[in-house]
Amino acid sequence: MSHAIRADKFLLDADRTTWHDETLWFVREKRDRAVYGVPEFQELRELASGIKNHTLSRLDLYLQEFEAAAQANGVHVHWAADAAEHNAIILDITRKAGATRIVKSKSMLTEECHLNPYLMQHGIEVVDTDLGERIIQFRDEPPSHIVLPAIHLKKEDVGDTFHTHLGTTKGESDPQRLTEAARQHLRAKFIAGEVAISGVNFAIAETGAVVVCTNEGNADLGVNLARVHIAAMGIEKIIPRLSDLGVFTRLLARSATGQPVTTYTSHFAKPAPGKEMHIVIVDNGRTQQLGRPDFRASLKCIRCGACMNTCPVYRRSGGHSYDFTVPGPIGAILSPNIDMKKHASLPFASTLCGSCTDVCPVKIDIHTQLYKWRQVLGEANEIPASKKWSMKFMGRVLASTRVYGLGGQFARKALRLLPHGLTHAPSMNAWAVARELPEAPKQSFREWYAKQPAAQPAPSQTSA
Amino acid sequence: MKVALFVPCYIDQFYPQVGIATLQLLEKLGVQAHFPAQQTCCGQPLANSGCERDALPIYKHFVETFSDYDYVVAPSGSCVYHVRKHFDKLDQTADVQHVRSAAYDLIDFISTVLKVDALPGAFPHKVGLHLSCHGQRGLHQANESEMTPVRDGQLSRLLRSLDGIELTQLNRNDECCGFGGTFCVSEAGISARMGQDRVADHVRNGTQVLTGSDMSCLMHLEGIVRRAKLPIKVMHAAEILNGVVA
Repeated sequence: MSHAIRADKFLLDADRTTWHDETLWFVREKRDRAVYGVPEFQELRELASGIKNHTLSRLDLYLQEFEAAAQANGVHVHWAADAAEHNAIILDITRKAGATRIVKSKSMLTEECHLNPYLMQHGIEVVDTDLGERIIQFRDEPPSHIVLPAIHLKKEDVGDTFHTHLGTTKGESDPQRLTEAARQHLRAKFIAGEVAISGVNFAIAETGAVVVCTNEGNADLGVNLARVHIAAMGIEKIIPRLSDLGVFTRLLARSATGQPVTTYTSHFAKPAPGKEMHIVIVDNGRTQQLGRPDFRASLKCIRCGACMNTCPVYRRSGGHSYDFTVPGPIGAILSPNIDMKKHASLPFASTLCGSCTDVCPVKIDIHTQLYKWRQVLGEANEIPASKKWSMKFMGRVLASTRVYGLGGQFARKALRLLPHGLTHAPSMNAWAVARELPEAPKQSFREWYAKQPAAQPAPSQTSA
Repeated sequence: MKVALFVPCYIDQFYPQVGIATLQLLEKLGVQAHFPAQQTCCGQPLANSGCERDALPIYKHFVETFSDYDYVVAPSGSCVYHVRKHFDKLDQTADVQHVRSAAYDLIDFISTVLKVDALPGAFPHKVGLHLSCHGQRGLHQANESEMTPVRDGQLSRLLRSLDGIELTQLNRNDECCGFGGTFCVSEAGISARMGQDRVADHVRNGTQVLTGSDMSCLMHLEGIVRRAKLPIKVMHAAEILNGVVA
């Protein structure tokens, strides 16, 4: 199923589409105000981009440096080539710890690896402790946004969900009361948690520490209460030095939500006495992407979600229309690397307006990569046959002045003579579902120009 | 200065008056532009659809058509952006490099090359300016809201110089209209919704005349305006400027 078909389903509820668009635009505007307030913001982007480019160019070396530093801190470091290995490693650590209850703070990587269903199949309880994540976990839905996982839901939807799962009053939609219900529920889970899993925002090669940015403090609560901490990270999360971190923390929260900094920026360097700390470093397709020169820069992503908030298509189609763990523009350049056939329509779910590139805090050329994925997909025959053949036909027409001129005349004549109901039939003309076609003039510009005196002399003598 | 006029295929066929206004406006500004009759298209519709390879003969045809001119001026920033950015697929001969750097959007040409940023004339209407993404973000003809709150650019400067004009203050100054080339049919639902939202911003804030420097966005927005029978007139900026300058 293509993005367009899933988007059309979302669009059926016009009011909800308006609400979704305005909610995310509000976040984009909040981001703008935060960005305008930092005069050196564009320099910071340049710096961040440079640090990430440098790191990706020496990723193997920095990963080894990170591993050695982490091990020196008493941390167990594990390497996972793919999602299956990642999941097996985490199950193994959990079993060795004799644990059955896991609390998890926000981690898009564990979503990507489908860790929750895997652990539950093996008899382990996993509770997402981020509020948004918990809501969608109750509903058995994937996140629709990487920073705001339940942004597709209204407070009334959350009220219904909590009524079912937490026994709140039916029809309760007061955010304060609903949040309090979640807090009480999660408090018990935190206290019972034996293993805490967190994601990683930044991994510092120099120190072997990982940094986790949250607003709810749930990562800290989980990690500090549990006996075992497992931090899961993609290989691209590395930054070289602790002194590089400030560049990214200044960019991350401003780009994500318009906050100057996340409420918590937690550094985890070594296990507390008597406890264990593990770091699972995951590839899962990343080295393949690193090996694609045109798409390598997508690995600079720090998962702020700004490209989603700004994307006019994402805001009107919802995160689920992308059918990939990371939706929106960045997801549309990451997903074909994983499964080109399945995600073939995503690079086309864009007008190439370029706003994603302009908000990206690490200057990923997102819209250029979308364009380049389209070429890869075209060459691989992963575009609809009708499109492919009409483009081939158009290529012939537009490379010849004569054929183009005759074709244009014919099309305009047809448009003028055929009845409106036929030229605008929605079944045959997707344009005309919501739009009128231009009125076809009798004369094209070139036909007009040929009759002008200026058209006669050769194109040599002109003056300004 | 040898200047060629490039009239993009859809303007040639559907909006000849925009080509005429461009030609006449340039003439009033002292530039006698020539229209090489063998021109067709820049190839963007194919390339944006993932068929860059099929567009290469069109690119070559474009370069052959325009390589003898100092400047190639078009009333459509999107086509110009495509020539400048994506003709990198051709062997970079001297001709190809020349045509890529010689291609100018009309408003960019007036502002940057002719160094004109004010025009004498009156246009006493409330005008809504649609900033086209490829002109704005691609060719940097206007400030991007992603970077700065200052709403300024080449076309808004030119329009503001006209007597009696009032520019609409939009809620979203530079959101994409949703045309997007073949996106307008391959993602017809989202495309239409984006266009409707853009038009609604103009209606809400009192636009009487909707303008811009890229006819492709305007074709899409006009289609929505006409379908909804809204009291908004859609005009390319060249038509406004040519109409007011004596």
